[in-house]
Amino acid sequence: MSDETMRITLHVWRQKGPNDRGSLQSYKTEANPHMSFLEMLDVLNEQLLSKNEDPIAFDHDCREGICGMCSMVINGRPHGPRNATTTCQLHMRSFKDGDEIYIEPWQAKAFPIIKDLMVDRSAFDRVIASGGYISVGTGGAPDANAIPIGKKQADEAFDYAACIGCGACVAACPNASAMLFVGAKVAHLSKFPQGQVERKGRALNMVAAMDTEGFGACTNHGECASACPKEIPLEAIMVLNREYARAQLSGGED
Amino acid sequence: MDLNARIPSGPISEKWDKHRFDLKLVNPANKRKFKVIVVGSGLAGASAAATLAELGYHVDCFCFQDSPRRAHSIAAQGGINAAKNYPNDGDSVYRLFYDTVKGGDYRAREANVYRLAQISNQIIDQCASQGVPFAREYGGQLANRSFGGAQVSRTFYARGQTGQQLLLGAYSALERMIGAKKVKMHPRTEMLDLVLVNGHARGIVTRNLITGTIESHSADAVVLATGGYGNVFYLSTNAMASNVTAAYRCYKRGAGFANPCFTQIHPTCIPVSGDYQSKLTLMSESLRNDGRVWVPKDKADCRKAPKDIPPSARDYYLERKYPAFGNLVPRDVASRAAKEAVDSGRSVLDQGRSAVYLDFETAIARDGKDAIADRYGNLFDMYERISGENPYTTPMRIYPAVHYTMGGLWVDYNLMSTIPGLHVLGEANFSDHGANRLGASALMQGLADGYFVIPYTIGNYLATAKQGDVNTDHPAFKDAEKAAQDKLKRLLNVGGDKSVDYFHRKLGVDIMWEHCGMARDKQGLEKALQMIPELRERFWREIRVPGSSSEVNLWLEKANRVADFLEFGEIMCLDALNREESAGGHFRLEHQTADGEAKRDDENYAYGAVWEYKGDGVAPALNKEPYTFEYVKLATRNYA
Repeated sequence: MSDETMRITLHVWRQKGPNDRGSLQSYKTEANPHMSFLEMLDVLNEQLLSKNEDPIAFDHDCREGICGMCSMVINGRPHGPRNATTTCQLHMRSFKDGDEIYIEPWQAKAFPIIKDLMVDRSAFDRVIASGGYISVGTGGAPDANAIPIGKKQADEAFDYAACIGCGACVAACPNASAMLFVGAKVAHLSKFPQGQVERKGRALNMVAAMDTEGFGACTNHGECASACPKEIPLEAIMVLNREYARAQLSGGED
Repeated sequence: MDLNARIPSGPISEKWDKHRFDLKLVNPANKRKFKVIVVGSGLAGASAAATLAELGYHVDCFCFQDSPRRAHSIAAQGGINAAKNYPNDGDSVYRLFYDTVKGGDYRAREANVYRLAQISNQIIDQCASQGVPFAREYGGQLANRSFGGAQVSRTFYARGQTGQQLLLGAYSALERMIGAKKVKMHPRTEMLDLVLVNGHARGIVTRNLITGTIESHSADAVVLATGGYGNVFYLSTNAMASNVTAAYRCYKRGAGFANPCFTQIHPTCIPVSGDYQSKLTLMSESLRNDGRVWVPKDKADCRKAPKDIPPSARDYYLERKYPAFGNLVPRDVASRAAKEAVDSGRSVLDQGRSAVYLDFETAIARDGKDAIADRYGNLFDMYERISGENPYTTPMRIYPAVHYTMGGLWVDYNLMSTIPGLHVLGEANFSDHGANRLGASALMQGLADGYFVIPYTIGNYLATAKQGDVNTDHPAFKDAEKAAQDKLKRLLNVGGDKSVDYFHRKLGVDIMWEHCGMARDKQGLEKALQMIPELRERFWREIRVPGSSSEVNLWLEKANRVADFLEFGEIMCLDALNREESAGGHFRLEHQTADGEAKRDDENYAYGAVWEYKGDGVAPALNKEPYTFEYVKLATRNYA
């Protein structure tokens, strides 16, 4: 691996607040291949601070690809060029000396911009609050081995449960649909015996909440699954459609 | 300072049952008359908020992230312990209790640890019923694996994302209560102070991180679940925004801070690669089930490719020094051994950087690549993304990093601090892990506190405190608001030329890691105690914080947190200096055996050191809670 300095030109979306028009601003900076993408931005921000300029605001926290807080469209792709990789896990070795990189926020009606690259994703929480759970209060649960669940079934449920709620699926979708996010939760819970009781209501309520929040409809582009850093299978949407149809046809009563 | 731990009488196995009977109850119809503030939405906070709301209390829950699902519990990888004994390998509540007290190097309170072991089984049941996708065997039963410091397999897991799945379980329970309007959630809201009325915790002052508004919130009790303070070291495995501010503000309001020097250095993290490094990434300890740790026997081999070093020229130092536990020794032991290997000149990274190998060659040859990928696939992928190297074909390079803090606010058996009404859960308290936490025990403790302890014990407080109504018009709230506002104003008005990261790095890397890290001694700690006030003074003279306080201002948020770290670091060093022994993660160079193992001093230091704030510029007072061991025999830890 080389440790050579890379010269990078960045074009970053700057927007002071929700009502500001915003525009792309250009910056020149240097990086090295071992840096993470966010560390490259940290270094740039330190430079901006030292010149008394406003540093770039972006969301980030765990920096190990699991909290789902980081959110940037890099060269037109949510989380950047590498498959199955969040922005915080992207490293500069995915770029080369002399590259120009465009950085924009998630763009969706349901995710209003707060500042620069930060967006408001609370719509996701409200969708979960509408039914993304199993209604079991604390206490009185039977022994965990009382209900056997096949390994294959548990593994499949895990594949859907791995969603980090980052919103890349919405950002990638031409309709800003949240079908992959909602489908992942519905599919996860419908795989388990414990999730059967509220199966119909969950599908109906979550879809209704998704519509209320202003997410668009799914028109089968599949961009969501290809942008997903956790590789949530596109089948999640098929499961959601099936669960929704099943609930509607049977009158929605659990 | 009243340090009565309120440990119930009777045999240890009956204490919790007896206590639950003795606790005063709040009538179901009266619960809705009480409001509880929960700060933090990780495993402890989310489980507490959801459960308290299910019981009928009004709950206001706060987190600084944009969603409660992003709390740092999400990043825990390896697993959660429970004494289920599903594998029939000899586990029991008593053994989990015993291992945890021993693993903590006999610096934890027996009664609390026993209760934790008792509750562990209920946690697994609760999580399974929420739909947490635990790993399973082909027959549909839950799978277990082993972890450091134990000779039984008692760790439940969900691939390498156990914390994520458990947190999403607690988050879904919390969201259910938010949807039912039983919990009012305040995301992107940071606690800046605790408010006391009549000596009781009656609310908090917060800053809305979007609008900058300073707000007061009153309640009948406050539950703090704000995690650990590992970011005092600047580089740690903690999330970037994890901080000590909430806990430290409570300390300044009179809550005792216990054993702050007990910090855990995790042995298997990805090494530091350069000056721009912003955080360190953990590789789950579960990897030590199949990975073998080594360095070359000969310094001269360190720059060779690992495949060119034959097994006979490798020093598998953990297997050599600790044959009984081998690569599965507790974290503190594994970390110190790595430091020792590197200090002997055998680092496997160049340019003065430190690393040892964690090698899967033997396991891949034995079980096949697919089996290893099934167990650790996501961790291997993560390693490859960060380092650019493929661990299936070349050993991982790892080195210890700050990971967890066992110290925290002092709490009694009811998880109440020295401030009546202020309860502290999870990593933010000090109670269960002693001087060293065993792997897969943090998730267990966070959920035990939140799901199964606080829902009972807070009822007793609310039923007996009888403090009457207080609202945010009370002068105590106005004073705290003003103090918080003044501090932010002061930070904005310094107008220096150094960034907050400059000071944070100086404090963390140059002072805390250097002098209060993996090995400590009197000279270094005294030096640190001289350097910290100097740096703090420079901070308040030279920092530059851009923007204003009435908008999104990530740099102001950070400066406010680092200002507290700059005070808190001093208490850590004082505590480390006071503790003239080595115990768990606290290793004093002056106190070691001839083979370099930690040497405890049970006669003089078998106590919890509880620091009491006495005013700015005044040394804090040291109070002691003596630890008595009725069940676990004090012995030298021996993993050999």
